[in-house]
Amino acid sequence: MGLRRLLLTWVALLVLLSMTIAASFLPIGNWRQLANMAIAAAKAGLIVWIFMKMRQETALVRLAGVIAAVLLLVLGSLLASDYLFRIDSPLIRIDGSNARGPLTPDAASSGERSP
Amino acid sequence: MTTLRHEPFLDIARQREADRLGMVVFLASEAMLFGALVMGLLALRTFQPAPFAAASERLNLLAGSVNTAVLLTSSLLVAIGAEARALNRNRLATWMLGIAALLGIAFLIIKGREYYQEYGEGLMPGAGPYQDFGSPGARMFMDGYFVATGLHAFHVLVGVAMLAGCAWRLRRSDPPSKVGIENVGLYWHLVDVVWVFLFPILYLSR
Repeated sequence: MGLRRLLLTWVALLVLLSMTIAASFLPIGNWRQLANMAIAAAKAGLIVWIFMKMRQETALVRLAGVIAAVLLLVLGSLLASDYLFRIDSPLIRIDGSNARGPLTPDAASSGERSP
Repeated sequence: MTTLRHEPFLDIARQREADRLGMVVFLASEAMLFGALVMGLLALRTFQPAPFAAASERLNLLAGSVNTAVLLTSSLLVAIGAEARALNRNRLATWMLGIAALLGIAFLIIKGREYYQEYGEGLMPGAGPYQDFGSPGARMFMDGYFVATGLHAFHVLVGVAMLAGCAWRLRRSDPPSKVGIENVGLYWHLVDVVWVFLFPILYLSR
């Protein structure tokens, strides 16, 4: 019986949980968020592979699961290709002004903008 | 235990695979549903990093962490329960699924207490003695927080009902099939996976 494997997976999940909480207190700026998402992906992988027994499934069933992940990636990329290149995106803003020129006081007060 | 073959399947293996495929396709649609909410939160974090972090810091990190551990543990029990059902140890399976359902209820109680705390602190959009978000971005964060965790809590509620139903039926003479228990387990694990992503985005984006 795979009881031992299940228990080890559970221990690994709890270790990853403590790691992600600890990582969120590290002074590493935006890397924290990357680390947290990587740890979340690792936890999800363990749950899907061991608890949901995808390791024992047929190729057809696995494919259905993989398609969900691929579709989410495609939709995420489409979303990013829109949002990340909008005029007030952090990617294309140049020293506090945007392509329309400096923010008017009216526009600045309607939604706060981060530096 | 004998798994009963029924029309139109010619053999048990194909019937089992069809049952599992249907469940996984349903779970994939659930992943799309929550994926959209997660992407919305990530977009908000990209455009409003400072208000997002400020609002995230005001959430109850301890309650969120304990809830994550509660869900992970209940997932373990459901996995053991499904294994026990496959080995015809129905008594053990009843206990495992029953305790997992209780852990699900514990999750909902902790979540409810958090909601009540946020209600008192002015963090619940449109409700509470006063509103205290500090910025429009933080208000949007709390909107996303309540939509995402509320939808997730509804899924936990449905999962608890299904686990409790399975535990109840396992005590009778016509217990649910191995595949049936496993499919309920898959649903519960997916609810767990969703929380695994919601937790760092909502609670740890400080």
